[in-house]
Amino acid sequence: MSFIQLNGLAKQFGPTRVVNDFSLSIPKGAFVSLLGPSGCGKTTVLRMLAGLEQPSAGSITIDGKDVTTLKANQRQIGMVFQAYALFPNLTVAENVAFGLRVAGRPRTEIDRRVAEMLELIGLPDLGARYPFQLSGGQQQRVALARAIAPRPRVLLLDEPLSALDAKIRVSLRSEIRAIQRELGITTVFVTHDQEEALSISDQVVVMYKGIAEQAGTPFEIYNAPKTSFVATFVGTLNVLQGEVEDGAAGTVRVGEARLPLAAPIAAAKGARVALAVRPESVRLKGAETCDIEVPADIQDVSFLGSVIRIRAAMLGTRVEFDMFNQPDMPPPAPGSRVTVGLNSRDLLLLAD
Amino acid sequence: MTPGRVWAWVAAGFGAIYFALPLIGTFEFSLRARRGVYSFDAYRSVLADPQFQATFLYSVVMALLTIVMGVLIVTPTAFWVRLKLPSIRPVVEFITLLPLVIPPIVLVFGYIRLYNTASVLPLTGSTLGTNLLLMLGYTTLALPYMYRAVDTGLRTLDVRTITEAAQMLGAGWLTILARLILPNVLVAVLSGAFLTFAIVIGEYVLAALLNRPAFGPYMVWMGSNRAYEPAALAVIAFAVTWGCLGLIQLATRLAPHTRARR
Repeated sequence: MSFIQLNGLAKQFGPTRVVNDFSLSIPKGAFVSLLGPSGCGKTTVLRMLAGLEQPSAGSITIDGKDVTTLKANQRQIGMVFQAYALFPNLTVAENVAFGLRVAGRPRTEIDRRVAEMLELIGLPDLGARYPFQLSGGQQQRVALARAIAPRPRVLLLDEPLSALDAKIRVSLRSEIRAIQRELGITTVFVTHDQEEALSISDQVVVMYKGIAEQAGTPFEIYNAPKTSFVATFVGTLNVLQGEVEDGAAGTVRVGEARLPLAAPIAAAKGARVALAVRPESVRLKGAETCDIEVPADIQDVSFLGSVIRIRAAMLGTRVEFDMFNQPDMPPPAPGSRVTVGLNSRDLLLLAD
Repeated sequence: MTPGRVWAWVAAGFGAIYFALPLIGTFEFSLRARRGVYSFDAYRSVLADPQFQATFLYSVVMALLTIVMGVLIVTPTAFWVRLKLPSIRPVVEFITLLPLVIPPIVLVFGYIRLYNTASVLPLTGSTLGTNLLLMLGYTTLALPYMYRAVDTGLRTLDVRTITEAAQMLGAGWLTILARLILPNVLVAVLSGAFLTFAIVIGEYVLAALLNRPAFGPYMVWMGSNRAYEPAALAVIAFAVTWGCLGLIQLATRLAPHTRARR
């Protein structure tokens, strides 16, 4: 049963169509990420959900009620912004209390809730400070506490981690997810960082040019991308160009090699197709048994600690693959020719 | 000391003399009311004059009302233009500059023609109406200063995000303006208020032609009828102005959330 339902949402700014026929169902308590490059329309979808933008077409339903024409301050939605947006003239406690004050809650309830929220974000002693006296990470924690203090029905996070440094970003995203789980609040998170989206979401929606290219669990998005955009945007991918040899048998010819796929291909013999394989799915021969074995000329080896990244020419294409660092298995030398193995199930057929 | 620093000191010294010398001269002259000795007789005479007290009080009240009116008109306008209509900002800036281009005499004759006793809105027909007209006239004269001050204050804020964050927390426009925007531009509003105060206290044309008992006409009358008292008045007016400036500085220092931005 979906809690939030976006039906055929569209948004046009002058002649530019930013969001096009965007539909999405979000179950209650889910953590959904809208992932995509800059300008793909993910923030516009979030802002329409928030009530900060009016859709040009389509409807938004929350908990069975159509909120499309409701104003932002009537939707009971909490939002955290990239730029923190704390009120500079109010202390941390006053910032957190703002929504409750506006709602006219009794003083005792406000004080109790503010203390509870500051405890939740791990800043119980900073209530009297002003925003300028806090670090970026602390400010964003306060912004999160402020957004959830009035017990909103939905929490929206608009790239809340983008302005923070890498270390804080990783720790804060785990905290956000832990708090979201604890409160069970339905959350929509906008990000252009795939690692962020994949690591904390129940569901990821990959957007491109205003449409939802694919929605699914992080596992599905990464392992079974439905479009070439999703495949190339999420994770690193080696793309091999080939021709269908036998559609029913699911075989593709790439250069001199005949690669069997795990499923039949709905294309005629001779049709040009693109196959993709993740770096971690290419293995050096000897490490494991594989369905397919092809020769590869090693061009470059980068030692990254736990992982060794190898660049090689394989089937006429430059590919990258990773191997775990094992002390008893030194990496191949640049210039050498090795045999690498692939499995049919790891070969992805890319649709346009 | 490098030659650059020497010239900087020379320039600063020249500036100080340029501004201070006339003041010192005026102050010195104001003390000469009694022959042969320095005294505060001129000040005593001015401060004891019931007309001084009445006109000064009238102008102070008018200045405060003008400031309130200016804040009420300018803050929401500048906020709305920044938030929703940034494209018309040059037009609004042009309009707010008009009082610098149009002389007050033109303004007041326009008012008298528009709001005379024979008009649809006969404001000049009553004392209250004329006071209201004068206050609105002062608001117009102070508009360029007030608008610029508030607009500069708004520039230091991420108005759009703050507004949206407040909306998401359930706040309406009035709450956003009163609890967030105004307190955040308060220091800027105060500097606009200070300029407004200075303009209203010394303004002559509007008050004289609308025949209201303001401090400006009183100073002119005093200047043409007495010798030492006008100098004492000038010093008093100057002290009041500097007192206002000091109060603004104090308010800026006492507002805790502005410390980081200074």
